[in-house]
Amino acid sequence: MSDQFSAWQLILNGDAALFAIVRLSLAVSLSAVALAALAGMPLGALLALTRFPGRSALVVVLNALMGLPPVVVGLAVYLLLSRSGPLGEMGILFTPSAMVIAQTILIAPIIAALTRQTVEDLWAEYRDELTAMDVSPAGRMTTLLWDARYSLLTALLAGFGRAAAEVGAVMIVGGNIDGFTRTMTTAVALETSKGNLPLAMGLGLVLVAIVLAINAAAWGTRVWSERQTG
Amino acid sequence: MPSRFLFLALVLGVSAAVTNFTPAVAQDRSIVVASTTSTQDSGLFGYLLPLFKAKAGIDVKVIAQGTGQALDTARRGDADVVFVHAKPQEEKFLAEGFGMKRFDVMYNDFVLIGPKSDPAGVRGKDIETALKAIQSKAAPFVSRGDKSGTHSAELALWKQAGIDIATAKGPWYREIGQGMGAALNTAAAMNGYVLADRGTWISFKNRGDLEIVVEGDKRLFNQYGVMLVNPEKFPSVKKELGQSFIDWLISAEGQAAIAGYKIDGQQLFFPNAEKKAS
Repeated sequence: MSDQFSAWQLILNGDAALFAIVRLSLAVSLSAVALAALAGMPLGALLALTRFPGRSALVVVLNALMGLPPVVVGLAVYLLLSRSGPLGEMGILFTPSAMVIAQTILIAPIIAALTRQTVEDLWAEYRDELTAMDVSPAGRMTTLLWDARYSLLTALLAGFGRAAAEVGAVMIVGGNIDGFTRTMTTAVALETSKGNLPLAMGLGLVLVAIVLAINAAAWGTRVWSERQTG
Repeated sequence: MPSRFLFLALVLGVSAAVTNFTPAVAQDRSIVVASTTSTQDSGLFGYLLPLFKAKAGIDVKVIAQGTGQALDTARRGDADVVFVHAKPQEEKFLAEGFGMKRFDVMYNDFVLIGPKSDPAGVRGKDIETALKAIQSKAAPFVSRGDKSGTHSAELALWKQAGIDIATAKGPWYREIGQGMGAALNTAAAMNGYVLADRGTWISFKNRGDLEIVVEGDKRLFNQYGVMLVNPEKFPSVKKELGQSFIDWLISAEGQAAIAGYKIDGQQLFFPNAEKKAS
């Protein structure tokens, strides 16, 4: 990216470096959302439907983990993946994979905690019916997750928003390498440090526009699918 | 019932579709270089690396950190090459056995940046007199505070000026713990003094009311060096690829490339690798 250009000129000119950065940001954050959903949704539903000693404490901890500082998650993943760390053999520090891992850890608690609340609220409504029909615990979980899908979409979007917006974790485990691990947020941080404030602000606005577009697409999907199913 | 999973499948599918990154894994000719914020923020790497890539076909992945942090990254085995500018720290790194041979690559100089109004009256003075004046007048001064090469140089300069900054510092002395660009942004915002490398200063865009107030003092010399991380400590170090980057930097071609990097006609770095006898 040339410094002489504003962010809007970069978009209009179809700047390849800018598109690579946008694509990487989306790939990393959406992958993290997918992985965090696979882990967090069943976990949240399980926590909503089971009763055991210490459950309340676990719910509080899970809710608190929604506030995990990205920079702390980044540091922990860095220490794990460093050549001197326990998983150093994998050699994935400073790669997009490391960034996906860090963001997954960051947003899995958000998706799990919001799923737990959503499913628990719905359970209060469905309890008598599902109990009367003698549905198995696994069946209850899938039924509740399915019927709560539109609310859960919001949980996914919350996770995505957090992942797309954070800079602390991807900066540490990705290294902000030009053309390889540079994302929208680390590019904004870099241009700011170069004193290139208009370009940094422009990139920031591009990021906001993309997040807005994804939320609009999710909303559209919801409306469309509600019409399909009646 | 299958439609029940359609929704999740859709979400996962969308993300899988955009997830096929790491295109160059099959034949990974890339090295990780831990370097300083000045080499990145000044735009030097953006200029040099495509030239090296065209010549050698090797991708250089630069992690831009302060010198201290860059050396620590290498101490953990997370870089193949370090390219930094704080000789005492580099020699300690070598003595600990983390690095192979150290090569001088280039130099530029530090400059004292300050507001045009120059409240401490240091313009044109030598650096010692200037620092003494800033301290005695308690004029705002921004320190990197991040163990970087520039921070090390700044601490050494305070010492040479006979000021023990650890005890002399007051509210006027702001340690921000960030890179060169961030320090300049901070100085611009509070109209303070700051020590910067000339390369980053020339390429810096958000100058506000700042300008160079002290320069040309020989104590402001700023030498950059490059080292391969010791492959005996970390077998993962890409010895050949890393060494070929170092060899190119100190070759006549690499040195000419460094000299050729200019912004508005001003050369930012001056090559000074030892000429090989061959």
